[in-house]
Amino acid sequence: MSDLSIETTQLTKKFGSFTAVNSLTIKVQGTKCVGFLGPNGAGKTTTLKILTAMIHPNAGQAFINGIDVQAHKRQALHPCGVLIETPEIYPALTPREALSYIAELRGIPAGERPDRIRTVLEQVRMTDWIDKRTGKFSKGMKQRVNIAAALLPDPDILLLDEPTTGLDPRGMAEVRSIVVDLKKQKKLIFMSSHLLGEVADICDDVAMIDQGKLLIYDTLERVIEKVGGQGGGVEIDLSVEGSPAVEQKIRSIPGVDHVEHVDTRTYLIRFSGGLPTQERLLSDLVAARIGLVSFKASSGMARLEDAYLNLIKGGL
Amino acid sequence: MASALTTMGKIRPELPTDFGQMTRVTKYELLNFVRSARFIVLLAITLIISGALASVVAYYRPPAMIGSGFAFYSIWWAPAIAALIALSGTLFGGDAISGEFQSKTGYFLFAHPVRRSSVFLGKMAAAFLASTVIIGVFAVISLGNGWYYTGPPPIQFWESVGFALVYLLGVLGFTFLFSSLFKSAAMSIIVTLVLLLFGFTLIDALVSNLAHVEPWYSITYAGGIITNVLIVPYPPHTVVGGFSPYNASILEGVVILLIYAVLGAVGGYALFRQQDFT
Repeated sequence: MSDLSIETTQLTKKFGSFTAVNSLTIKVQGTKCVGFLGPNGAGKTTTLKILTAMIHPNAGQAFINGIDVQAHKRQALHPCGVLIETPEIYPALTPREALSYIAELRGIPAGERPDRIRTVLEQVRMTDWIDKRTGKFSKGMKQRVNIAAALLPDPDILLLDEPTTGLDPRGMAEVRSIVVDLKKQKKLIFMSSHLLGEVADICDDVAMIDQGKLLIYDTLERVIEKVGGQGGGVEIDLSVEGSPAVEQKIRSIPGVDHVEHVDTRTYLIRFSGGLPTQERLLSDLVAARIGLVSFKASSGMARLEDAYLNLIKGGL
Repeated sequence: MASALTTMGKIRPELPTDFGQMTRVTKYELLNFVRSARFIVLLAITLIISGALASVVAYYRPPAMIGSGFAFYSIWWAPAIAALIALSGTLFGGDAISGEFQSKTGYFLFAHPVRRSSVFLGKMAAAFLASTVIIGVFAVISLGNGWYYTGPPPIQFWESVGFALVYLLGVLGFTFLFSSLFKSAAMSIIVTLVLLLFGFTLIDALVSNLAHVEPWYSITYAGGIITNVLIVPYPPHTVVGGFSPYNASILEGVVILLIYAVLGAVGGYALFRQQDFT
Protein backbone atom coordinates (compact mmCIF):
# COMPACT_ATOMS: atom_id res chain seq x y z
CA MET A 1 0.00 0.00 0.00
CA SER A 2 1.67 3.21 -1.12
CA ASP A 3 1.03 6.80 -0.15
CA LEU A 4 -1.55 8.88 -1.92
CA SER A 5 0.01 11.79 -3.74
CA ILE A 6 -0.65 14.83 -5.85
CA GLU A 7 2.33 16.35 -7.58
CA THR A 8 3.15 19.02 -10.09
CA THR A 9 6.58 19.63 -11.57
CA GLN A 10 7.51 22.93 -13.20
CA LEU A 11 3.87 23.37 -14.15
CA THR A 12 3.29 26.42 -16.34
CA LYS A 13 0.15 27.71 -17.99
CA LYS A 14 -0.11 30.89 -20.00
CA PHE A 15 -3.21 32.55 -21.38
CA GLY A 16 -1.80 34.87 -24.02
CA SER A 17 0.68 37.12 -22.26
CA PHE A 18 -0.76 36.30 -18.82
CA THR A 19 1.01 33.58 -16.90
CA ALA A 20 -1.58 31.91 -14.69
CA VAL A 21 0.70 29.19 -13.32
CA ASN A 22 4.43 29.78 -13.25
CA SER A 23 6.78 26.80 -12.86
CA LEU A 24 4.73 25.43 -9.99
CA THR A 25 6.31 22.47 -8.27
CA ILE A 26 4.55 20.96 -5.29
CA LYS A 27 4.09 17.48 -3.89
CA VAL A 28 1.44 16.65 -1.33
CA GLN A 29 1.47 13.18 0.03
CA GLY A 30 -0.26 11.05 2.62
CA THR A 31 -3.71 11.25 4.15
CA LYS A 32 -4.49 14.80 5.16
CA CYS A 33 -6.24 17.94 4.09
CA VAL A 34 -4.19 20.53 2.28
CA GLY A 35 -5.52 24.05 1.87
CA PHE A 36 -4.54 25.73 -1.37
CA LEU A 37 -4.63 29.44 -0.70
CA GLY A 38 -4.11 32.51 -2.80
CA PRO A 39 -5.82 35.69 -3.89
CA ASN A 40 -8.17 35.84 -6.89
CA GLY A 41 -6.23 35.12 -10.08
CA ALA A 42 -3.36 33.49 -8.20
CA GLY A 43 -3.63 30.31 -10.27
CA LYS A 44 -5.43 28.00 -7.83
CA THR A 45 -8.26 26.96 -10.13
CA THR A 46 -5.96 26.72 -13.16
CA THR A 47 -3.69 24.36 -11.22
CA LEU A 48 -6.66 22.20 -10.21
CA LYS A 49 -7.95 22.18 -13.78
CA ILE A 50 -4.56 20.97 -15.02
CA LEU A 51 -4.60 18.31 -12.32
CA THR A 52 -7.91 17.09 -13.74
CA ALA A 53 -6.96 17.41 -17.43
CA MET A 54 -9.49 20.14 -18.05
CA ILE A 55 -6.70 22.46 -19.09
CA HIS A 56 -3.50 21.62 -20.94
CA PRO A 57 -0.30 23.04 -19.45
CA ASN A 58 2.25 24.85 -21.60
CA ALA A 59 5.03 23.14 -19.70
CA GLY A 60 5.54 20.80 -16.78
CA GLN A 61 3.58 17.81 -15.62
CA ALA A 62 0.87 16.92 -13.15
CA PHE A 63 0.68 13.56 -11.44
CA ILE A 64 -1.82 11.80 -9.24
CA ASN A 65 -0.43 8.80 -7.43
CA GLY A 66 2.53 9.08 -9.79
CA ILE A 67 0.34 8.83 -12.91
CA ASP A 68 0.64 11.62 -15.48
CA VAL A 69 -2.83 13.16 -15.59
CA GLN A 70 -2.56 14.61 -19.07
CA ALA A 71 -1.28 11.38 -20.61
CA HIS A 72 -3.41 8.92 -18.63
CA LYS A 73 -6.46 10.79 -17.42
CA ARG A 74 -8.64 7.74 -16.83
CA GLN A 75 -6.15 5.92 -14.63
CA ALA A 76 -5.05 9.08 -12.83
CA LEU A 77 -8.56 10.28 -11.97
CA HIS A 78 -9.99 6.86 -11.19
CA PRO A 79 -9.41 7.17 -7.40
CA CYS A 80 -10.35 10.87 -7.35
CA GLY A 81 -13.44 12.85 -6.56
CA VAL A 82 -13.32 16.25 -8.18
CA LEU A 83 -15.22 19.48 -7.85
CA ILE A 84 -14.02 22.38 -9.99
CA GLU A 85 -15.83 25.72 -9.68
CA THR A 86 -19.62 25.38 -9.69
CA PRO A 87 -20.48 22.99 -12.52
CA GLU A 88 -23.87 23.10 -14.16
CA ILE A 89 -25.71 19.83 -14.13
CA TYR A 90 -27.69 18.86 -17.25
CA PRO A 91 -30.88 20.75 -16.42
CA ALA A 92 -33.28 18.10 -17.69
CA LEU A 93 -31.81 15.48 -15.36
CA THR A 94 -32.70 14.87 -11.73
CA PRO A 95 -29.99 14.37 -9.09
CA ARG A 96 -30.71 10.63 -9.19
CA GLU A 97 -30.18 10.55 -12.97
CA ALA A 98 -27.17 12.87 -12.95
CA LEU A 99 -25.48 10.78 -10.29
CA SER A 100 -26.45 7.55 -12.07
CA TYR A 101 -24.72 8.98 -15.14
CA ILE A 102 -21.52 9.50 -13.18
CA ALA A 103 -21.88 6.14 -11.42
CA GLU A 104 -22.19 4.37 -14.78
CA LEU A 105 -19.22 6.22 -16.23
CA ARG A 106 -17.22 5.17 -13.19
CA GLY A 107 -18.29 1.55 -13.41
CA ILE A 108 -20.08 1.43 -10.05
CA PRO A 109 -22.06 -1.83 -10.24
CA ALA A 110 -25.78 -1.44 -10.94
CA GLY A 111 -26.70 -3.18 -7.70
CA GLU A 112 -24.72 -0.71 -5.59
CA ARG A 113 -25.76 2.46 -7.41
CA PRO A 114 -29.11 3.23 -5.72
CA ASP A 115 -27.67 2.90 -2.20
CA ARG A 116 -24.52 4.80 -3.06
CA ILE A 117 -26.51 7.64 -4.66
CA ARG A 118 -28.85 7.87 -1.69
CA THR A 119 -25.93 7.86 0.74
CA VAL A 120 -24.11 10.76 -0.91
CA LEU A 121 -27.33 12.72 -1.35
CA GLU A 122 -28.02 12.21 2.35
CA GLN A 123 -24.55 13.54 3.11
CA VAL A 124 -25.36 16.77 1.30
CA ARG A 125 -28.99 16.80 2.48
CA MET A 126 -30.54 16.61 -0.96
CA THR A 127 -32.63 13.45 -0.69
CA ASP A 128 -35.87 15.44 -0.74
CA TRP A 129 -34.92 16.66 -4.20
CA ILE A 130 -33.69 13.38 -5.60
CA ASP A 131 -36.29 13.21 -8.38
CA LYS A 132 -36.67 16.90 -9.16
CA ARG A 133 -35.01 18.33 -12.26
CA THR A 134 -31.83 20.21 -11.47
CA GLY A 135 -32.62 22.98 -13.96
CA LYS A 136 -34.73 24.70 -11.32
CA PHE A 137 -32.23 24.32 -8.49
CA SER A 138 -30.51 27.27 -6.84
CA LYS A 139 -26.75 27.60 -7.13
CA GLY A 140 -26.34 26.23 -3.61
CA MET A 141 -28.51 23.19 -4.34
CA LYS A 142 -26.55 22.47 -7.50
CA GLN A 143 -23.33 22.74 -5.58
CA ARG A 144 -24.60 20.16 -3.08
CA VAL A 145 -25.33 17.75 -5.93
CA ASN A 146 -21.88 18.50 -7.35
CA ILE A 147 -20.32 17.64 -4.01
CA ALA A 148 -22.36 14.45 -3.98
CA ALA A 149 -20.98 13.64 -7.44
CA ALA A 150 -17.44 14.12 -6.14
CA LEU A 151 -18.12 11.81 -3.19
CA LEU A 152 -19.96 9.19 -5.26
CA PRO A 153 -16.96 6.96 -6.10
CA ASP A 154 -15.83 6.94 -2.44
CA PRO A 155 -12.60 8.57 -3.60
CA ASP A 156 -9.19 8.22 -1.98
CA ILE A 157 -8.24 11.67 -3.22
CA LEU A 158 -10.47 14.73 -3.33
CA LEU A 159 -9.66 17.76 -5.43
CA LEU A 160 -11.97 20.53 -4.37
CA ASP A 161 -12.02 24.02 -5.82
CA GLU A 162 -13.70 26.39 -3.39
CA PRO A 163 -16.32 23.79 -2.50
CA THR A 164 -18.42 26.09 -0.34
CA THR A 165 -18.97 28.61 -3.14
CA GLY A 166 -22.64 29.44 -3.53
CA LEU A 167 -23.68 27.81 -0.28
CA ASP A 168 -25.49 29.55 2.54
CA PRO A 169 -23.80 29.61 5.97
CA ARG A 170 -25.50 26.38 7.00
CA GLY A 171 -24.45 24.71 3.77
CA MET A 172 -20.89 25.93 4.23
CA ALA A 173 -20.80 24.50 7.73
CA GLU A 174 -22.20 21.19 6.45
CA VAL A 175 -19.59 20.95 3.72
CA ARG A 176 -16.83 21.67 6.22
CA SER A 177 -18.20 18.96 8.43
CA ILE A 178 -18.22 16.55 5.47
CA VAL A 179 -14.59 17.38 4.73
CA VAL A 180 -13.65 16.87 8.38
CA ASP A 181 -15.40 13.47 8.30
CA LEU A 182 -13.55 12.57 5.10
CA LYS A 183 -10.24 13.44 6.74
CA LYS A 184 -10.97 10.81 9.36
CA GLN A 185 -11.45 8.24 6.59
CA LYS A 186 -7.80 8.52 5.58
CA LYS A 187 -8.12 10.46 2.35
CA LEU A 188 -5.93 13.04 0.71
CA ILE A 189 -7.90 16.24 0.27
CA PHE A 190 -6.52 19.12 -1.77
CA MET A 191 -8.85 22.07 -1.39
CA SER A 192 -8.49 25.53 -2.83
CA SER A 193 -10.14 28.34 -0.94
CA HIS A 194 -9.87 32.01 -0.26
CA LEU A 195 -11.75 31.58 3.01
CA LEU A 196 -8.98 31.59 5.57
CA GLY A 197 -11.29 30.51 8.37
CA GLU A 198 -12.30 27.46 6.38
CA VAL A 199 -8.69 26.47 5.80
CA ALA A 200 -7.66 27.18 9.39
CA ASP A 201 -10.55 25.05 10.69
CA ILE A 202 -10.15 22.10 8.37
CA CYS A 203 -6.69 21.82 6.89
CA ASP A 204 -3.54 20.22 8.24
CA ASP A 205 -1.22 21.74 5.65
CA VAL A 206 -1.31 24.96 3.71
CA ALA A 207 0.09 25.80 0.29
CA MET A 208 -0.01 29.45 -0.69
CA ILE A 209 0.40 30.68 -4.23
CA ASP A 210 0.38 34.08 -5.81
CA GLN A 211 0.87 35.07 -9.44
CA GLY A 212 1.12 31.39 -10.29
CA LYS A 213 4.11 30.78 -8.02
CA LEU A 214 4.24 28.68 -4.89
CA LEU A 215 5.10 30.90 -1.95
CA ILE A 216 5.09 28.32 0.80
CA TYR A 217 3.94 24.78 1.53
CA ASP A 218 4.08 23.44 5.05
CA THR A 219 1.92 22.48 7.99
CA LEU A 220 -0.55 25.10 9.13
CA GLU A 221 1.33 25.72 12.37
CA ARG A 222 4.70 26.04 10.69
CA VAL A 223 3.33 28.42 8.05
CA ILE A 224 1.95 30.61 10.82
CA GLU A 225 5.22 30.42 12.73
CA LYS A 226 7.36 31.10 9.68
CA VAL A 227 5.47 33.99 8.18
CA GLY A 228 2.90 34.96 10.76
CA GLY A 229 4.83 38.17 11.39
CA GLN A 230 4.13 39.25 14.92
CA GLY A 231 3.12 35.72 15.71
CA GLY A 232 -0.11 36.13 17.54
CA GLY A 233 -2.37 38.47 19.29
CA VAL A 234 -4.53 38.50 22.38
CA GLU A 235 -7.20 40.88 23.51
CA ILE A 236 -7.49 41.45 27.27
CA ASP A 237 -10.17 43.16 29.33
CA LEU A 238 -9.32 44.75 32.68
CA SER A 239 -11.49 45.40 35.73
CA VAL A 240 -10.05 48.91 35.93
CA GLU A 241 -9.27 51.61 33.41
CA GLY A 242 -5.95 51.28 31.68
CA SER A 243 -3.04 53.63 32.35
CA PRO A 244 0.53 54.22 31.15
CA ALA A 245 1.73 52.22 34.12
CA VAL A 246 -0.42 49.24 33.16
CA GLU A 247 0.77 49.51 29.57
CA GLN A 248 4.37 49.57 30.75
CA LYS A 249 3.83 46.44 32.85
CA ILE A 250 2.43 44.60 29.83
CA ARG A 251 5.24 45.76 27.56
CA SER A 252 7.81 44.48 30.00
CA ILE A 253 6.56 40.90 29.68
CA PRO A 254 9.03 38.86 27.57
CA GLY A 255 7.79 38.17 24.05
CA VAL A 256 5.39 41.09 23.90
CA ASP A 257 6.08 43.19 20.80
CA HIS A 258 3.25 45.67 20.73
CA VAL A 259 0.49 46.92 23.04
CA GLU A 260 -2.47 48.82 21.73
CA HIS A 261 -5.30 50.52 23.63
CA VAL A 262 -8.59 49.36 22.10
CA ASP A 263 -10.81 51.19 24.60
CA THR A 264 -10.53 52.32 28.23
CA ARG A 265 -10.39 48.82 29.70
CA THR A 266 -9.28 46.76 26.69
CA TYR A 267 -5.84 46.17 25.22
CA LEU A 268 -4.64 44.33 22.14
CA ILE A 269 -1.30 42.63 22.69
CA ARG A 270 0.90 41.39 19.83
CA PHE A 271 3.58 38.88 20.66
CA SER A 272 6.09 36.60 18.98
CA GLY A 273 7.03 33.06 19.86
CA GLY A 274 3.91 31.17 18.93
CA LEU A 275 1.80 29.06 21.25
CA PRO A 276 4.43 28.70 24.04
CA THR A 277 4.58 32.49 24.44
CA GLN A 278 0.79 32.72 24.35
CA GLU A 279 0.49 30.15 27.15
CA ARG A 280 3.12 31.93 29.30
CA LEU A 281 1.61 35.33 28.56
CA LEU A 282 -1.58 34.47 30.44
CA SER A 283 0.25 33.54 33.61
CA ASP A 284 2.54 36.58 33.32
CA LEU A 285 -0.47 38.89 32.95
CA VAL A 286 -2.12 37.37 36.02
CA ALA A 287 1.15 37.72 37.93
CA ALA A 288 1.42 41.37 36.86
CA ARG A 289 -1.75 42.14 38.90
CA ILE A 290 -3.25 44.56 36.39
CA GLY A 291 -6.87 43.53 37.05
CA LEU A 292 -7.16 40.95 34.23
CA VAL A 293 -10.79 39.96 33.65
CA SER A 294 -10.68 38.20 30.27
CA PHE A 295 -8.04 36.89 27.89
CA LYS A 296 -9.03 36.21 24.28
CA ALA A 297 -6.37 34.58 22.14
CA SER A 298 -6.52 35.25 18.43
CA SER A 299 -8.01 32.39 16.43
CA GLY A 300 -6.18 30.18 13.99
CA MET A 301 -7.92 32.14 11.29
CA ALA A 302 -6.52 35.45 12.49
CA ARG A 303 -3.05 33.98 12.74
CA LEU A 304 -3.33 32.44 9.29
CA GLU A 305 -4.61 35.75 7.99
CA ASP A 306 -1.49 37.44 9.26
CA ALA A 307 0.69 34.84 7.57
CA TYR A 308 -1.33 35.09 4.36
CA LEU A 309 -1.17 38.86 4.22
CA ASN A 310 2.55 38.90 4.97
CA LEU A 311 3.24 36.40 2.20
CA ILE A 312 0.97 37.92 -0.41
CA LYS A 313 2.31 41.40 0.41
CA GLY A 314 5.82 40.07 0.02
CA GLY A 315 4.89 38.47 -3.26
CA LEU A 316 3.59 41.69 -4.78
CA MET B 1 -18.06 -6.06 -13.04
CA ALA B 2 -14.31 -6.33 -12.62
CA SER B 3 -12.66 -4.65 -9.70
CA ALA B 4 -9.19 -3.37 -8.95
CA LEU B 5 -7.23 -2.92 -5.78
CA THR B 6 -6.61 0.78 -5.13
CA THR B 7 -3.65 2.62 -3.69
CA MET B 8 -5.31 2.46 -0.29
CA GLY B 9 -5.92 -1.26 -0.50
CA LYS B 10 -9.58 -0.64 -1.19
CA ILE B 11 -11.55 -2.57 -3.79
CA ARG B 12 -12.63 -0.15 -6.50
CA PRO B 13 -14.73 -1.19 -9.50
CA GLU B 14 -12.86 -1.01 -12.78
CA LEU B 15 -13.85 1.68 -15.20
CA PRO B 16 -15.90 0.63 -18.22
CA THR B 17 -13.97 0.51 -21.49
CA ASP B 18 -13.82 3.65 -23.63
CA PHE B 19 -16.59 2.19 -25.78
CA GLY B 20 -18.61 1.37 -22.66
CA GLN B 21 -18.29 4.96 -21.44
CA MET B 22 -19.26 6.18 -24.90
CA THR B 23 -22.50 4.19 -24.77
CA ARG B 24 -23.29 5.70 -21.33
CA VAL B 25 -22.75 9.18 -22.74
CA THR B 26 -25.11 8.33 -25.61
CA LYS B 27 -27.73 6.97 -23.20
CA TYR B 28 -27.83 10.05 -20.98
CA GLU B 29 -27.53 12.46 -23.89
CA LEU B 30 -30.61 10.80 -25.39
CA LEU B 31 -32.41 11.11 -22.06
CA ASN B 32 -31.47 14.77 -22.02
CA PHE B 33 -32.83 15.22 -25.57
CA VAL B 34 -36.09 13.45 -24.80
CA ARG B 35 -36.60 15.61 -21.72
CA SER B 36 -35.63 18.85 -23.39
CA ALA B 37 -37.91 21.11 -25.39
CA ARG B 38 -35.89 20.77 -28.59
CA PHE B 39 -36.90 17.15 -29.18
CA ILE B 40 -40.56 17.98 -28.60
CA VAL B 41 -40.30 21.05 -30.84
CA LEU B 42 -38.64 19.11 -33.63
CA LEU B 43 -41.19 16.33 -33.35
CA ALA B 44 -43.94 18.95 -33.45
CA ILE B 45 -42.39 20.54 -36.56
CA THR B 46 -42.25 17.12 -38.22
CA LEU B 47 -45.89 16.46 -37.38
CA ILE B 48 -46.96 19.93 -38.53
CA ILE B 49 -45.16 19.52 -41.90
CA SER B 50 -46.67 16.06 -42.28
CA GLY B 51 -50.12 17.30 -41.30
CA ALA B 52 -49.94 20.21 -43.75
CA LEU B 53 -48.78 17.97 -46.59
CA ALA B 54 -51.45 15.38 -45.80
CA SER B 55 -54.19 18.02 -45.75
CA VAL B 56 -53.13 19.60 -49.03
CA VAL B 57 -52.81 16.26 -50.82
CA ALA B 58 -56.10 15.00 -49.40
CA TYR B 59 -57.94 18.16 -50.44
CA TYR B 60 -56.45 18.80 -53.89
CA ARG B 61 -55.39 15.26 -54.81
CA PRO B 62 -52.87 16.63 -57.37
CA PRO B 63 -52.70 14.15 -60.27
CA ALA B 64 -49.01 14.92 -60.90
CA MET B 65 -48.28 13.78 -57.39
CA ILE B 66 -50.51 10.81 -56.79
CA GLY B 67 -49.97 9.44 -60.30
CA SER B 68 -46.92 7.39 -59.26
CA GLY B 69 -44.86 6.45 -56.24
CA PHE B 70 -41.80 8.20 -57.70
CA ALA B 71 -43.69 11.46 -58.17
CA PHE B 72 -45.33 11.20 -54.75
CA TYR B 73 -42.14 10.66 -52.77
CA SER B 74 -40.08 13.12 -54.78
CA ILE B 75 -42.59 15.85 -53.89
CA TRP B 76 -43.64 14.75 -50.38
CA TRP B 77 -40.53 13.20 -48.90
CA ALA B 78 -37.39 14.55 -50.55
CA PRO B 79 -37.63 18.35 -50.17
CA ALA B 80 -38.83 18.26 -46.58
CA ILE B 81 -36.41 15.63 -45.32
CA ALA B 82 -33.31 17.62 -46.29
CA ALA B 83 -34.56 20.57 -44.25
CA LEU B 84 -35.58 18.33 -41.35
CA ILE B 85 -32.13 16.73 -41.30
CA ALA B 86 -30.46 20.13 -41.29
CA LEU B 87 -32.74 21.20 -38.42
CA SER B 88 -32.39 18.07 -36.32
CA GLY B 89 -28.66 17.70 -36.93
CA THR B 90 -28.13 21.29 -35.88
CA LEU B 91 -30.45 21.23 -32.89
CA PHE B 92 -29.08 17.97 -31.53
CA GLY B 93 -25.47 18.52 -32.48
CA GLY B 94 -25.02 22.27 -32.77
CA ASP B 95 -24.33 22.87 -29.12
CA ALA B 96 -23.21 19.35 -28.20
CA ILE B 97 -19.64 20.49 -27.65
CA SER B 98 -19.90 24.28 -27.40
CA GLY B 99 -22.67 23.89 -24.81
CA GLU B 100 -20.32 21.97 -22.51
CA PHE B 101 -18.09 25.02 -22.36
CA GLN B 102 -20.72 27.73 -22.39
CA SER B 103 -23.13 26.28 -19.86
CA LYS B 104 -20.35 24.71 -17.77
CA THR B 105 -21.91 21.26 -17.89
CA GLY B 106 -18.46 20.15 -19.00
CA TYR B 107 -17.23 20.82 -15.50
CA PHE B 108 -19.69 18.20 -14.26
CA LEU B 109 -18.72 15.56 -16.80
CA PHE B 110 -15.04 16.02 -17.55
CA ALA B 111 -13.96 16.08 -13.93
CA HIS B 112 -14.41 12.32 -14.03
CA PRO B 113 -12.15 9.66 -15.56
CA VAL B 114 -13.57 9.73 -19.05
CA ARG B 115 -11.76 10.54 -22.27
CA ARG B 116 -12.89 13.41 -24.44
CA SER B 117 -13.11 11.02 -27.40
CA SER B 118 -15.71 8.91 -25.56
CA VAL B 119 -17.80 11.98 -24.85
CA PHE B 120 -17.43 13.32 -28.40
CA LEU B 121 -18.41 10.06 -30.06
CA GLY B 122 -21.14 9.37 -27.49
CA LYS B 123 -22.71 12.72 -28.17
CA MET B 124 -22.43 12.22 -31.92
CA ALA B 125 -24.11 8.83 -31.63
CA ALA B 126 -26.90 10.36 -29.54
CA ALA B 127 -27.45 13.16 -32.06
CA PHE B 128 -27.55 10.55 -34.84
CA LEU B 129 -30.08 8.39 -33.00
CA ALA B 130 -32.32 11.29 -31.99
CA SER B 131 -32.27 12.66 -35.55
CA THR B 132 -32.98 9.18 -36.87
CA VAL B 133 -36.12 9.08 -34.74
CA ILE B 134 -37.27 12.34 -36.37
CA ILE B 135 -36.40 11.04 -39.84
CA GLY B 136 -38.15 7.79 -38.98
CA VAL B 137 -41.34 9.53 -37.92
CA PHE B 138 -41.43 11.55 -41.14
CA ALA B 139 -40.58 8.47 -43.21
CA VAL B 140 -43.39 6.45 -41.63
CA ILE B 141 -45.95 9.21 -42.23
CA SER B 142 -44.69 9.64 -45.81
CA LEU B 143 -44.89 5.91 -46.35
CA GLY B 144 -48.40 5.70 -44.92
CA ASN B 145 -49.69 8.41 -47.21
CA GLY B 146 -47.71 7.13 -50.18
CA TRP B 147 -49.09 3.65 -49.72
CA TYR B 148 -52.63 5.01 -49.49
CA TYR B 149 -52.36 7.04 -52.70
CA THR B 150 -49.91 5.05 -54.81
CA GLY B 151 -49.57 1.60 -53.30
CA PRO B 152 -46.32 -0.05 -52.15
CA PRO B 153 -43.33 2.28 -52.40
CA PRO B 154 -40.68 1.89 -55.10
CA ILE B 155 -37.34 0.51 -53.96
CA GLN B 156 -35.87 3.95 -54.65
CA PHE B 157 -37.79 5.32 -51.65
CA TRP B 158 -35.82 3.03 -49.37
CA GLU B 159 -32.64 4.08 -51.13
CA SER B 160 -33.60 7.68 -50.54
CA VAL B 161 -34.14 6.94 -46.84
CA GLY B 162 -30.69 5.35 -46.76
CA PHE B 163 -29.15 8.40 -48.44
CA ALA B 164 -30.97 10.60 -45.94
CA LEU B 165 -29.16 8.77 -43.14
CA VAL B 166 -25.82 9.21 -44.93
CA TYR B 167 -26.68 12.90 -45.38
CA LEU B 168 -27.42 13.04 -41.64
CA LEU B 169 -23.94 11.66 -40.94
CA GLY B 170 -22.41 14.36 -43.13
CA VAL B 171 -24.52 17.04 -41.46
CA LEU B 172 -23.47 15.82 -38.01
CA GLY B 173 -19.78 15.82 -38.99
CA PHE B 174 -20.19 19.39 -40.20
CA THR B 175 -22.23 20.37 -37.15
CA PHE B 176 -19.80 18.88 -34.63
CA LEU B 177 -16.92 20.64 -36.36
CA PHE B 178 -18.62 23.99 -35.83
CA SER B 179 -19.73 23.04 -32.36
CA SER B 180 -16.08 22.43 -31.45
CA LEU B 181 -14.96 25.60 -33.19
CA PHE B 182 -17.16 27.94 -31.18
CA LYS B 183 -17.49 28.25 -27.46
CA SER B 184 -20.88 29.90 -27.86
CA ALA B 185 -23.73 27.44 -28.34
CA ALA B 186 -25.97 30.00 -30.05
CA MET B 187 -23.22 30.98 -32.47
CA SER B 188 -22.47 27.39 -33.47
CA ILE B 189 -26.16 26.59 -33.97
CA ILE B 190 -26.90 29.73 -36.01
CA VAL B 191 -23.84 29.49 -38.25
CA THR B 192 -24.43 25.80 -38.97
CA LEU B 193 -28.13 26.23 -39.62
CA VAL B 194 -27.68 29.23 -41.92
CA LEU B 195 -24.99 27.44 -43.92
CA LEU B 196 -27.01 24.24 -44.25
CA LEU B 197 -30.35 25.84 -45.05
CA PHE B 198 -29.26 28.76 -47.25
CA GLY B 199 -25.52 29.27 -47.44
CA PHE B 200 -24.44 26.22 -49.39
CA THR B 201 -27.42 26.37 -51.75
CA LEU B 202 -26.61 29.98 -52.62
CA ILE B 203 -22.89 29.37 -53.05
CA ASP B 204 -23.58 26.24 -55.15
CA ALA B 205 -25.86 28.17 -57.49
CA LEU B 206 -23.37 31.02 -57.89
CA VAL B 207 -20.36 28.78 -58.44
CA SER B 208 -22.07 26.40 -60.84
CA ASN B 209 -23.87 29.08 -62.87
CA LEU B 210 -21.24 31.80 -62.93
CA ALA B 211 -17.98 29.87 -62.71
CA HIS B 212 -19.39 26.71 -64.32
CA VAL B 213 -17.67 24.62 -61.69
CA GLU B 214 -19.28 21.52 -60.22
CA PRO B 215 -19.89 22.20 -56.50
CA TRP B 216 -18.29 18.95 -55.40
CA TYR B 217 -17.22 20.63 -52.14
CA SER B 218 -20.83 21.14 -51.07
CA ILE B 219 -22.76 18.97 -48.65
CA THR B 220 -26.11 20.18 -49.96
CA TYR B 221 -25.02 19.39 -53.50
CA ALA B 222 -24.13 15.87 -52.43
CA GLY B 223 -27.40 15.67 -50.49
CA GLY B 224 -29.23 16.12 -53.78
CA ILE B 225 -29.01 12.34 -54.25
CA ILE B 226 -31.90 12.00 -51.76
CA THR B 227 -34.17 13.66 -54.35
CA ASN B 228 -32.44 12.54 -57.53
CA VAL B 229 -32.81 8.84 -56.77
CA LEU B 230 -36.58 9.33 -56.90
CA ILE B 231 -36.41 10.75 -60.43
CA VAL B 232 -36.66 8.25 -63.27
CA PRO B 233 -34.37 8.11 -65.08
CA TYR B 234 -31.67 9.39 -62.71
CA PRO B 235 -30.79 12.98 -63.79
CA PRO B 236 -27.66 13.37 -65.93
CA HIS B 237 -24.50 14.76 -64.34
CA THR B 238 -24.75 17.97 -66.34
CA VAL B 239 -27.98 19.59 -67.50
CA VAL B 240 -28.53 22.69 -69.58
CA GLY B 241 -30.40 25.49 -67.85
CA GLY B 242 -32.14 25.28 -64.53
CA PHE B 243 -31.17 26.58 -61.10
CA SER B 244 -28.26 24.17 -60.79
CA PRO B 245 -26.67 22.67 -63.91
CA TYR B 246 -24.98 19.83 -62.03
CA ASN B 247 -26.23 16.65 -60.37
CA ALA B 248 -24.06 14.49 -58.19
CA SER B 249 -24.02 10.82 -59.10
CA ILE B 250 -24.99 8.47 -56.30
CA LEU B 251 -21.41 7.32 -55.75
CA GLU B 252 -20.11 10.88 -55.82
CA GLY B 253 -22.82 12.05 -53.43
CA VAL B 254 -22.23 9.24 -50.94
CA VAL B 255 -18.47 9.77 -51.02
CA ILE B 256 -18.80 13.53 -50.47
CA LEU B 257 -21.22 12.98 -47.58
CA LEU B 258 -18.95 10.41 -45.96
CA ILE B 259 -15.98 12.73 -46.34
CA TYR B 260 -18.00 15.42 -44.55
CA ALA B 261 -18.86 12.95 -41.80
CA VAL B 262 -15.30 11.73 -41.28
CA LEU B 263 -13.39 14.98 -41.76
CA GLY B 264 -15.95 16.92 -39.73
CA ALA B 265 -15.77 14.44 -36.86
CA VAL B 266 -11.98 14.18 -36.93
CA GLY B 267 -11.53 17.94 -37.23
CA GLY B 268 -14.14 18.61 -34.56
CA TYR B 269 -12.52 16.17 -32.17
CA ALA B 270 -9.04 17.58 -32.84
CA LEU B 271 -10.34 21.04 -31.93
CA PHE B 272 -12.25 19.79 -28.90
CA ARG B 273 -9.24 17.88 -27.63
CA GLN B 274 -7.13 21.02 -27.60
CA GLN B 275 -9.68 23.25 -25.92
CA ASP B 276 -9.30 24.32 -22.34
CA PHE B 277 -12.13 24.62 -19.84
CA THR B 278 -11.25 28.16 -18.85
